[in-house]
This record gives sequence, C-alpha cells and structure tokens, in this order.
Amino acid sequence: MAGERAVGLVRELHRAAGGHLPPFRAEGLRQALEEMRALYERNQADVSEAKSGRTDLIFLIRFRHCCLLRNQRCILAYLYDRLLRIRALRWEYGSVLPNTIQFHMSAEEVEWFNRYKKSLATYMRSVGGEEGLDLTQDIKPPKTLYIEVRCLRDYGEFEIDDGTTVLLKKNSQHFLPRWKCEQLIRQGVLEHILS
Amino acid sequence: MRVGAQPLAGGFGGMAAAGGEGTEGDSDGGSEELVLTPAQLIHSLEQAWLNEKFAPELLESKPEIIECVVEQLDHMEENLKRAKRGDLKVSVHRMEIERIRYVLSSYLRCRLVKIEKFFPHVLEKEKSRAEGEPSILSPEEFAFAKEYMANTETYLKNVALKHMPPNLQKVSLLKSVPKPNLDSFVFLRVLERQENILVQPEMDEQRDYTIDLEEGSQHLIRYKTIAPLVASGAVQLI
Repeated sequence: MAGERAVGLVRELHRAAGGHLPPFRAEGLRQALEEMRALYERNQADVSEAKSGRTDLIFLIRFRHCCLLRNQRCILAYLYDRLLRIRALRWEYGSVLPNTIQFHMSAEEVEWFNRYKKSLATYMRSVGGEEGLDLTQDIKPPKTLYIEVRCLRDYGEFEIDDGTTVLLKKNSQHFLPRWKCEQLIRQGVLEHILS
Repeated sequence: MRVGAQPLAGGFGGMAAAGGEGTEGDSDGGSEELVLTPAQLIHSLEQAWLNEKFAPELLESKPEIIECVVEQLDHMEENLKRAKRGDLKVSVHRMEIERIRYVLSSYLRCRLVKIEKFFPHVLEKEKSRAEGEPSILSPEEFAFAKEYMANTETYLKNVALKHMPPNLQKVSLLKSVPKPNLDSFVFLRVLERQENILVQPEMDEQRDYTIDLEEGSQHLIRYKTIAPLVASGAVQLI
C-alpha cells in the first residue's frame, strides 16, 4: 500500500511519548523517498501516454500524485517533529547531550542542534547586560533562597559566591544557594531534598 | 523611559542609599522621557509577562522595559556586593533579585517559544510591517528567528526535499507550519473603560452584537476580538 513506509515513521514517532527521541530511521526514510521516486517515474511515463490519447490513465496519475503528496507530508512531519524534540533537549539537558541520546540522532540532526545552540547562545548573550542572561536557568519561580541538596555522584569542588568551596562527594548533603544549584540539579549531579 | 531614584524594596531605604549611585540621578529636568519608579517598572514587566503568557500570538516587543529591568538588576547586584555580610537585608534583596530575574526570564522564554513555534508567520508579519508600526520582534529576536528559519529550511532541504521528485522539492513553510489560534478564549481584566466592542459569535444564527467593557470587570472572550486592546494596554490578560 502506497505511503506505508512514511506513515510507519510517523506512527513510531507518535508512539514515543513524552518527548522521547527514538533512533533515527535512516533506512525507513530512504525507502519512503525511494517509493516517491518510483511513483514519480511511473507517473512521468503515464503522463506521456495520457497525452497521446489514453485519458483513462488520468485518475491513476492523480492517485499517484496524492500518494506523493502524502509521502512528502509524512516525511516532513517526521523530520520536523524530531527537530522539535531535539530542541526541547537543549532546554532540558543543556548544551551537552548525553551519549545515549546522541546515538539516536543523525549527523544532520546533530548539525541542526549545534546551529540552534549557537543561535540561542548569541541571543542570550545579547539580552541582559554584559554577561547576558541564561534563559535556561530560573525555570521555576524561586521559593526559598537556600535549598537542601544531596549529591548523587562525585563532582569535586564547587565554589559559592562568598568564596567558600564545598566538596561535592556522593551522598553528601549540603545547604546551598538555590541559584547556584539549578544547573547541577538539572544535570543530575545534585538532588533537591524536599522535606 | 527611565527609572526614578526610589529604592525598590520600600522599607529598605537605607540599603539603596548606602549603594550610592545605585539609583539613577534624574537631574536633567528637561528630559522628555517617562520616568518610572522601580516599582512601576516591575509592574510593567509583570503586565507584559502575563499578557505574553496568555496571548496566543507573539505580542509587541518591549525593549525599553527589558533594558531598564536588566539595568535595575545589575544595580541591585552591585549594591548587594557592597553590603555587609550577614545583614538580613541581603537575603531579602537577593530574593527580590531572584524573583525579578525569574519573571524576566520567563517573559523572554515565552516569547522565544512563540517565535520558534510560529516562525514563518512571525517573520512574514515583520517583513510586511508598515513603517511606524511597532515591531513584534526585537533586533536580536529577529536575528534569532531568521537563523532558526534558515537552519530548519536547510535541514529539511538536505535531508529530504532535494531527494524528492522535482515538482515536490519546494514546500511553503508558511502553509505547513500552523498559525497561532487567534480564536482561542482568554481571560482579561479591564483597565480602561471601553465602549461598543464588536463581538462576533461563533454560531452563524446569532448576529454580531456590541458590548461595553467596564473598568475593573473581568471577562472570558475570544482573543481576536480584543487583540488591539491588549496592545494598547486597555485590558490585561489574566
């Protein structure tokens, strides 16, 4: 059935809920594009036949054209939705993506991600004074100044504003300024303890 | 617009005064600019933030508010650096800084999300903007939007479109990417009384009718009907 490959791509992506990024289906994409090429070639042949009298082919030509449009739409939807998920990753994980996720991205997607990162960084630097404003911080409204955190893995020394350093060893607990910890919490180094 | 010389956290006058030039001196009386107190500035920021959060489309950019808020935050940080350690006021001011920074970040993030979501429409609107009409994009946002568009277009072209049959290699992003839904309903509070607002009901059987918006009243209404009032500041989205 025409368009199955392309629809299959979209369906698989749709099933991966919660913004999860499944591996890039290069083979599926290649097959969908191949199907488009085959449909187009058959249409080319039939169009010249139709021009020389076989008007009964017009419906078939039109049908194939609809298949081509459907394929195009599904392929673009698949690729675009993946880009949106990858974009969300920048905001959730920061500029360095975990290896497990990078394995699921195609080379072109990685390139898109890098360009997006750069563009975002330029924008953030331009707003907010000399150092710029990191918009990926302060995601939630601040409730308290200091928070209890537990260290989930060894990180090493960490310096706070007033110059004191804290040694972040696995399972150690600290009472630290909220704004300094946000980045580390998102990276999974620290865990906010809610009593 | 400039921010006047009053301390931000009202009761802590001593804090700001100790900061010295942490507050602007508005000695040039001949200035035509609108001078706001810091409290008014933050109020404007919050208004802009709420409007942006609840409006389905990207609203006018407010570069003056952003610039002033950033300046204020810098001044407050400066003051904090010079303050005595362990002073209770430090905590309160730091909390204030955190809150303001959160609102500013949230506001800018909200705009970025809309810019990315509706990028072909946002860029088209900016391109066809008349001279003198206010811009919905700051220059930096405009650059970001253009880069985003170029990045995405190039990606789609290289990965898929150029491998497609010749008559399908072009796709109109303007047609494919969904537009903001201006028919979505929003809650609003009326700040300035409005008369004779034309309402177009969804059902064809009902005829158009007009309503008056009393100051202080709250309504649930289609965004499209009151979009110009949001821009003019006559209503506040809540």
